[in-house]
Amino acid sequence: MAKRDNTLKLKFDSARKFAPAPESRSAAKIKPKYDLFINGKFEKPLSKKYFDSTNPATGEKLSEVADSSAADVDKAVKAARNAFNSWSKLPAAERGKYIFRIARMVQERARELAIVETLDGGKPIRESRDFDVPTAANHFFYYAGWADKLEYAFPNRTAKPLGVAGQIIPWNFPLLMAAWKIAPALATGNTVVLKPAETTPLTAMLLAEIILEADLPPGVVNIITGAGSTGAAIVNHPDVNKIAFTGSTDVGKIIEKAIAGTDKKATLELGGKAANIIFEDAPLDQAVEGIVNGIFFNQGHVCCAGSRLYVQESVLESVLRKLKDRIETLIVGDPLDKNTDVGAINSKQQYDQIMKYIKIGINEGSDMFQSSCTLPSKGLYIPPTIFSNVAQSSRIAQEEIFGPVLTIQSFRTDDEVIEKANNTPYGLSAGVWTDKGSKIFNLTTKLRAGVVWANTFNKFDPTSPFGGYKESGYGREGGLHGLAPYLNLV
Amino acid sequence: MSKTISKNIPATTKTNGVHKMVSTKRLEVLKTYKIYIGGKFPRTESGRYYIAEDNAGNNLANMCLSSRKDFREAVIAARSAFGDWSAKAANNRGQILYRIAEMLEGRRAQFKEELIKQNLSAAEAENEVNLSVDRLIYYAGWCDKFQQVFSSVNPVASSHFNFSTPEPTGVVSVIAPQNSSLLGLVSVIAPVIAGGNTCVVLASFAKPLCAVTFAEVLNSSDVPGGVVNILTGKVAELLPYFADHMDVNAIVYCENNVADKTLIKEKSALNLKRVVLYDKQNWDAQSPYFIMDNQEIKTTWHPIENIGGSKGSY
Amino acid sequence: MAEKILTLPDFTIPARIDKVGVEERADRFTKRSIKKETKVKGLMLALNMIDLTTLEGKDTEGKVRQMCYKAVHLLDSYPNLPTVAAVCVYPEMVRIAKKAVGDSGVKVASVATAFPSGQSSLKIKLEETRYAVDEGADEIDMVISRGKFLRGEYNYVFDEIAAVKEACGPARLKVILETGELITFDKIRKASDIAMYAGADFIKTSTGKIPAASSIPVTLVMLEAIRDYYYKTGIMIGMKPAGGISKSKVALHYLVMVNEILGEDWMNNKWFRFGASSLANDVLMQLMKEKTGVYQGKDYFTID
Repeated sequence: MAKRDNTLKLKFDSARKFAPAPESRSAAKIKPKYDLFINGKFEKPLSKKYFDSTNPATGEKLSEVADSSAADVDKAVKAARNAFNSWSKLPAAERGKYIFRIARMVQERARELAIVETLDGGKPIRESRDFDVPTAANHFFYYAGWADKLEYAFPNRTAKPLGVAGQIIPWNFPLLMAAWKIAPALATGNTVVLKPAETTPLTAMLLAEIILEADLPPGVVNIITGAGSTGAAIVNHPDVNKIAFTGSTDVGKIIEKAIAGTDKKATLELGGKAANIIFEDAPLDQAVEGIVNGIFFNQGHVCCAGSRLYVQESVLESVLRKLKDRIETLIVGDPLDKNTDVGAINSKQQYDQIMKYIKIGINEGSDMFQSSCTLPSKGLYIPPTIFSNVAQSSRIAQEEIFGPVLTIQSFRTDDEVIEKANNTPYGLSAGVWTDKGSKIFNLTTKLRAGVVWANTFNKFDPTSPFGGYKESGYGREGGLHGLAPYLNLV
Repeated sequence: MSKTISKNIPATTKTNGVHKMVSTKRLEVLKTYKIYIGGKFPRTESGRYYIAEDNAGNNLANMCLSSRKDFREAVIAARSAFGDWSAKAANNRGQILYRIAEMLEGRRAQFKEELIKQNLSAAEAENEVNLSVDRLIYYAGWCDKFQQVFSSVNPVASSHFNFSTPEPTGVVSVIAPQNSSLLGLVSVIAPVIAGGNTCVVLASFAKPLCAVTFAEVLNSSDVPGGVVNILTGKVAELLPYFADHMDVNAIVYCENNVADKTLIKEKSALNLKRVVLYDKQNWDAQSPYFIMDNQEIKTTWHPIENIGGSKGSY
Repeated sequence: MAEKILTLPDFTIPARIDKVGVEERADRFTKRSIKKETKVKGLMLALNMIDLTTLEGKDTEGKVRQMCYKAVHLLDSYPNLPTVAAVCVYPEMVRIAKKAVGDSGVKVASVATAFPSGQSSLKIKLEETRYAVDEGADEIDMVISRGKFLRGEYNYVFDEIAAVKEACGPARLKVILETGELITFDKIRKASDIAMYAGADFIKTSTGKIPAASSIPVTLVMLEAIRDYYYKTGIMIGMKPAGGISKSKVALHYLVMVNEILGEDWMNNKWFRFGASSLANDVLMQLMKEKTGVYQGKDYFTID
């Protein structure tokens, strides 16, 4: 910290001060109450219970959604089971056309979906507008085209759908994760019971409206809201053939145990603690941007976030300085403002979790740097935070924080950093930055992770398979490889 | 040692330093069945054994009753072999698998004899050995091809080159088929190692002879020590360790015992081992999909610079 | 300027810039939404940073005088408008321009060194530079020898800039890289470094004489070079993108970029310029729109 005083300082106060440019809320119609979408109808929950969905940026209540009991889950699974027969027998091209239709309707309602996503989850409108919603639409569009082409995907095998897919998605990319789950399931002829996260249910309910409007046969997609117990009821329901889960590794392990002894198939997309490795011969300015995208994208609520930064010692000082100056220019604040780079933390629970780790980092004796930006007085905000002088054995370098907190370690040699990068139970993603092609391929081959970004970070595409090694889960979502987890190959 | 089988064969006597044939009963040299860890043939550290019998209840051999510590040692061997084996040129792995087939071919008579001892007819034994050799050759050929069939170049919308390729999942623990001494064993080991994994295999409890002899085949081919480790022993005793070891990446199980399968899934959840269940196959099946069962898909991204005046027109 | 011993970087080592990454970062600046008072402030600043330019074979005294009048009187009906930063002309027109802008504070910049190709001897380039300074130029816009640069004769390029800098005397030196001829970002970065270490006060993208002019990504690479030079030496260097910037919205994105890369110390016309002629009227139209709420037509704004 003392070092900073000696260095010439660039001034960025004004770079963060723009006149407010809020996205207008009027384009989004949020109903005061959402029922369960079962069998092509919005139905009141048998539980008769509802819970609030709030805006984490302000604490205001946005709507009420139904709290599904096990009986509601059963109803949804029955609807999906009934629909499976005819849906799986529908000509594949027709199935595809329904999914294309959903893709188009998501595009048509893009602005509304983006606003609701930001209101409900706290992510910057720039991200929901430019990333979440268009990528979700593209995902439907991509898998729609697969529906009648599956015989080309699996040589010497015939693809058969599994049946009813129970899908449980997280709060960090609510609409996008719904698309990641629903699109391949439908394209492969399965029917769906989907549960969005309890803190971010609203875009899933808007998607239910779209599905209704798209005239999808009743029961093919059922969307039910609720908390962990609803998810457990889906996992444990005997008539569910497939579980697709994105969330924490802890819950993933519980699911794995729960389906032991059953014939249920699963795809688990779980936690991560990705290493992002900067070599001295890297394009440093782009690497710094990659670090920023890697850890501050979506407030760091990203399972594949580049949360462990490894910098070669010869450029450590230079990278740190550039990184700190870059962090100073990040605009933290109202998620609905078009200039916001880092929005609100999704929930109080998550906020506490991140703050806990920041305290641990301080107690462990690492050097903390935070942006000098002022945070909004109301709502859940954490400034971009980096810890340098971190050891491999520090807790903040081992455990998934799921927030805008980066740990920085230095390294000297290639083999040292490969070993350190792989020294984790996780294996979702990794990043490597160097100008040398042969070194890139050495690293991308040796890093034990499902997605490796070389000279880039946090890039996603419907055609690109995504999923982890080791405790980051199994199965792939996206691309050709995202089809198999929804199929029996006979 | 197994029961003594004497045959009427010529024996030798020594005269002037020269062995001379004398017509008398020769005492057969019996084989000691040991386990195979890290390219060596130790006995189980536990010192325990069990007696393998044929259908008639005749003793065939004293087999090692491997312990969890043997398994632990085998995993260490498999882990340390993984780096080199997975990094070996695929073509080279193919040649090594082919070499195993060659060695197996050369020992056809011995395997046939063992299979017959373990209750197969001569014709069945002949068939099983033939199929096993051919199976190895089948997977030898896949070593440098399955990646091409199951890889993809993904046309992402941004200016990036993006491709997905299979990579070995790591160390695989394998409970070999219990009803087959050789073919089942070969059928589960071959796709695992063809894909660049290393493994620890628990042989059929009731029909263990071929597994140990197969280890000798492996040892005399060019398979590096530790790539395949073979234990003999009780499934019920070792299964929990095969399933919960934190340094094992995947487990293959071939029976249809629901309690076993439940236990495997529950214990594997500890480190999210990949669980590969083959319900009692007759092992008439061979396909690259068996290789893919122990592969991870890795996706790699890299930017593509778009510079230059040609704009893609030539 | 601070007395400091500079260690020269090894210019034979290729610079490492990833183009796709640069473009992604550049794209982020264009996503900034600039409204209300920020917009008005930005537009005023942009006006004040313009180097109004005429560099044509057909330039005459009359043309230069008219342009200089505009430089000082951008839109008399709009109160408290700033002037542009400078006018930029050929050496032959410097004396005329100097007289025309008078004591308005508008600087006179002259191109020199065999502009735009730079294909002449060092001797002639230095003479031309001295001539322009003697005529009264406050600033010299030189071009680098791109042929030599692309052949890897970095020492020649370096020495030439250093010699021109010396010939400039009190005039500030802007070094034009002509980025459209260097093609890759690696080369643009290297040329920026050579220019700064050789004594440039400003680095500038383009002559405006070839189709490929400045762009946000190219300017970003040069701004990052300026920042790294500042980190290392504490010396501020100015930046001038030139050519192709004709819309106020784009100018505002440039300003966002300067503010986010170099910070507010660079947010004035001592350290940042736009080499542009048609930009001024578009900015004026936008200012008028902000003031009146009515979309504007070009006939209500004087040309030149």
